[in-house]
Amino acid sequence: MKIRSSHFLETGSRTIVPTLLVVSVFLLVVGHNAPGGGFVGGLLAGSGLLVVFLTGGGRAVEDLLPVRPATLIGSGIALAMTTALGGLAFGGSLLSSGKLDIDLGWVGKLEVGSALIFDSGVYLVVTGLVATVLLRLGDTEGARR
Amino acid sequence: MIAATNGALVLFALAGAITVVRLWRGPSLADRMVALDTLLFIGAGALGTYVVRTGETAFVPVIVVIAIVAFVGTLVVARTIENDVS
Repeated sequence: MKIRSSHFLETGSRTIVPTLLVVSVFLLVVGHNAPGGGFVGGLLAGSGLLVVFLTGGGRAVEDLLPVRPATLIGSGIALAMTTALGGLAFGGSLLSSGKLDIDLGWVGKLEVGSALIFDSGVYLVVTGLVATVLLRLGDTEGARR
Repeated sequence: MIAATNGALVLFALAGAITVVRLWRGPSLADRMVALDTLLFIGAGALGTYVVRTGETAFVPVIVVIAIVAFVGTLVVARTIENDVS
């Protein structure tokens, strides 16, 4: 697929890509008791990567990602596995979850569950998967690997 | 308020039906894409009406996501059409 540069698209993607990434992190954080979660957040971050890909090709996606997509997938699975084994380590069964109530004073109370860490792993896996698909299937020219 | 939202939902359903006709018959890919885009935004509007009707705010982020995804979808199809032409 040939990528032709377009000024409208470049200018538009400069605002839409950060918006997409922020909304995806928002969905990841609220996911425990509202619509959202790691998978949806990861897909949304992946569509942000898709906009980058459509704007600048596979090279731009590689430049945006700090690590290789395979590293994202691997670390995501490792994070999820660690959370699952953590339930075992703290005396529960596999995949059992705990939560931590942090009192932030006048800001309110923050409730962080271990499911959030698991969801972060899922987020990383899905984002890495979309990046892999874009780089392996989408770009036929100019890919480094 | 309930009557107004009921009327709005009926209108949204009508608009959706008309848009599906365009999606079905649309001669070109661009027509179908515009119809799909319109359908997504009709869905977002209906969802907003539902939020107003029930006062349940759980679906507000979904509207944001629909708006963003509709943009990305249009972008992808526009790129495809462009590559077909050139």
